Formats: sequence, structure tokens, C-alpha cells
Amino acid sequence: MPQIKIRTDKLNLYYGANHALKDITLSIRSHAVTALIGPSGCGKSTFLKTLNRMNDLTDGVRITGKVYLDGADIYHPGVDVMALRKQVGMVFQQPNPFPMSIYDNIAYGPRIHGIKGKERLDEIVERSLRQAAIWEETGDRLHKPALGLSGGQKQRLCIARALAVGPEVLLMDEPTSALDPVSTLKVEELIGQLKRKYTIVIVTHNMQQAARVSDETAFFLMGEVVEFASTDRLFAQPADRKTLEYITGKFG
Amino acid sequence: MRQIDSILYRSSQVSCAQAIEKAAEMIFSLCAFTAVGAVFSITLYMIANGVPAVFQAGVKEILFTTVWQPTATEPSFGILYVILTSIIGTFLAVLLGVPVGILAAVFLAEVAPRRLAAVVRPAVELLAGIPSVIYGVLGMMILNPLMYRLEQRIFADSQTHQFTGGANLLSAVFVLALMILPTVINISEAALLAVPPELKASSLALGASPVQTIFQVTIPAARSGILAAVVLGVGRAVGEAMAISLVSGNSVNLPLPFHSVRFLTTAIVSEMGYAGGLHRQVLFTIGLVLFVFIMIINGILSSILKGEKRG
Repeated sequence: MPQIKIRTDKLNLYYGANHALKDITLSIRSHAVTALIGPSGCGKSTFLKTLNRMNDLTDGVRITGKVYLDGADIYHPGVDVMALRKQVGMVFQQPNPFPMSIYDNIAYGPRIHGIKGKERLDEIVERSLRQAAIWEETGDRLHKPALGLSGGQKQRLCIARALAVGPEVLLMDEPTSALDPVSTLKVEELIGQLKRKYTIVIVTHNMQQAARVSDETAFFLMGEVVEFASTDRLFAQPADRKTLEYITGKFG
Repeated sequence: MRQIDSILYRSSQVSCAQAIEKAAEMIFSLCAFTAVGAVFSITLYMIANGVPAVFQAGVKEILFTTVWQPTATEPSFGILYVILTSIIGTFLAVLLGVPVGILAAVFLAEVAPRRLAAVVRPAVELLAGIPSVIYGVLGMMILNPLMYRLEQRIFADSQTHQFTGGANLLSAVFVLALMILPTVINISEAALLAVPPELKASSLALGASPVQTIFQVTIPAARSGILAAVVLGVGRAVGEAMAISLVSGNSVNLPLPFHSVRFLTTAIVSEMGYAGGLHRQVLFTIGLVLFVFIMIINGILSSILKGEKRG
């Protein structure tokens, strides 16, 4: 029986009057890559953002139902949202390093969480950059501005930045859609390595990507999960006609 | 036949339209050159009128001595105190006004609920629209008496202090600090709003609190815009005359908080009306000094903005 990291139970989300997520009940496996696919506006990114409560920042959002991380309800009023986000990291669609040095980008999170000593920070920076497979390219210019990196390097830097605070889960919101094919491949390889240590949930527009990197796939449509299965099964023998139509390119 | 008619008709219409285009272009150019021409001629005029006094009275005597007695039988034209007053007064006003302005901008851009911001923002704009003489009158009626009470308390035992009735450097600094607020707030707010939301989201997603995010990500990311706001605030403070001429006491002294002081601007305002001969020319030299200050500030501003484009 695989271990479950995140479980949602009848999760509903409303933007004002718009019912954006409908009764989402999903179990996300620990140390696996779960892909969320579906056409634009289907709710996959919105769902992703409920897992680290980034939707709290949007005005007029109302949520019902439960999200459990390791069995604990993350929407319980007593939850420390900042501690939650330290545990559940996030990588965004646009590579967006802070306008500071490579080193300070990585050290930002640990510093926020109270880590001070230079040695300790040096160690975290190197380890995070190595984990994100970008140490080779940046190790000798840690104190140069991060904005001087290429798009693909920036995105791996952002992954390193997210890893630096020691998360258990990594949420990735279309992390390669702004990257060229070579950089995309590098990030995909990286995802394959990272799942040994982390639980990864990735939103992607690209079905080949979902097929390449993920273990399980959820197909979202109009705020509902149409089908959730192992990636191999979902792509080989979709159970739902709509899934079949989507993955064969009939719409989307 | 009808078709040819319509083509002919259209072609005459086209040439008419072309003439209008030409005329409009010329009017635009003329208007643009009016502005450029004004700057150019003002610069020339200031140099032509400000420089002769320097040769007559001496650079050192004007810029680096402190006695200002332009109408004495042995006149002396030292404006060092006046220059220092402008520099120190502006510096203190910026020191006071900029942090308040930036934090107010943070409030408007990041913290305030939309409805509250919608009330505060027009208030700030109104602050910018109030004529400076009103600031001066209010400063005279409200601030100066308070300053006088403070002065009486602080210098109760002093034998040497010249009482100013509260019209002093400190009053001018407070008025100036208030007057630069709208500039600093509006431009800083625009800079903060221009920070990509994803940048803030990234910080929050790392577990940073909203306040940590503001101070460590949002403000640093907006820094060149905020710097531009500060520089424009400095420009506004340096150039202000009317309000501070009413609250600063207006005699030439070393710029200490409770001294009655005269700024570059207020020196011109209060003497130009009656000055003649060399005295009048030195007032133009003061104007030239002010002009150089503003040019330096503009130079700094444009280099900041250029740096921002490059960054």
C-alpha cells in the first residue's frame, strides 16, 4: 500500500459566484510525481494552489471540504500558513528569481526561517544548487545577479530556492511552459531525480510531459476530476470518453 | 463616368488630408520647441545674469563667506549660510518625509484594503494640489506658535539665544517634509505596484510573512523607482519658496534647528523686489546656484532611470 502524502476530501472552491473546483477527492502519493492535466481554465492550477494555501491571497475565494497533509487538515484555523508553505514549496510558471545575487536567492528562504551562520547557509546554498542540477553552472559566480542567468537556469535556480527551505512537497505550476526544449528536458530530468526525496505535484499543459515525468495523472475538466489513475493506465486505456478525447487531441 | 468622378473627388480629399497632416505635425513640433526653447533661454539668461556678479564680487566672497549685508555702505555678499540652509533644510525634510512617504506608499500598494486605498489615494493627490502658500499660512498659524513654546522651554536659561517666535529652520523642515509627501508617495506607489506579483508570490510561497516580503523583496525590487521618488522629492524641497518664506524667519543665519534662516529661494523672493546694482546681480547668482542644484538632481534622476531600463 503506497503512502499517501496529501489527500483532499470533497474540496470545493468558489471565486465569488464562480464554482471553480467541484468535489475534488484525490490522494497524492508520497515520493511520486502526480501530474494534473486538462484544458486552460479547468481548475488544475487553482487546485495546486489550494495545497499550499496560495489561494488565500486572492480576494473573494471561499473553500469548503478538506485538504490533509500527512493526515492533518491544512485549513484548520490553528494552522501556521507560513510553516505550511515551508513544508509545501512551489515553483511558478515564469522563472522569477529575486533581483539579488544567486547566493542570496537561495539563502532567502533559510534566512526568513531564522538560519543565520555563514557556514550553515553556505552549505544549504551548495546543497540546494546541486539538488537542482545547477551547481556546475553557478558555483563559481554565486555572488553575481541571478537575473543574468538564462531562462532555463533561472527556473532551476527557482527550484533550488524552493528546495532550500527543506520542503517535503514540491508544487510545480507549468514549470517548463516558458522554457526552450533543451531547458525543458533538463527540468524534466531533474523532476525524475527529485521524486526520490520529495513528493511532486506538477501542473502541465503538455501531455507528453505528463506521460514522461509522472507516475499518476489526474485529468481535470470544468473544475472536476474526470479521471485519476496511474499515468501508464490513463494514457494507454483511459476509462472515460472525455479523457480519451482530450489525450488524443480532440479538444483542449 | 461616375467611378472616375468618385476617384477624382477622393484624390482632392486626400491632398486636403495631407495638408492637415502636415499642419498638425508642424503645430506639434512648434509646441515641443517652445518647451525646449524655454529651457535653453532660461539657462542662457541665468548664466548671463548670474555670472557677472561672480567676477565683480569674487567667487570666494560669494560662495564661501557668511556675511550677507548687501545694502551696507561696505556691502558683503556671502551666501554660504544660505546655501547651507538649502542643503541642510532639504536634507532634513527628506530624512523626515521620505520614510513616511515610502511607508504610506507601501500601505496603499500592499496593505490597504481596496476601499480604504480608494479613500486615501485622492487625499494624497489633494495634498499635492494644495497651493504652497496655504502650507505656509498654516505653518505660520499652527506650527510656529508650537515651535515658539518649544523654543521658550529649551532656551529658557540661555543668555545668547535670539528668540525667533518659532519661525525657524525646524518649522521650515516640517512644512517641506509634508510638501514632498505626495511626490514621494505617488511615485513610490507606482514603483511598488510595478513589482511583478509572481515575485511576491514566490516569497510568500517560501513561507515568508507579508511584512518580510514587503521589506525584503517588494521594496528592493522597486528600489530604482523609489530612489527616483526620493530624488524628485529633493527637487521639490530645494525649489520650494513660498511656504518656507512664511515659516522660516527669513534672516541669514547658520542653519541650526532654532535659528531663523534664509533659503536660496526665499533669499530671492524677499529681496528681488527692491534690490539694485550688484545686489540684484548677486541675487541672480543665487538663482544660478539653485539652478545648478536642480540640474544636478535632474542628472541623478535620469541616470537612475537609465539604470532601471538597463537593469
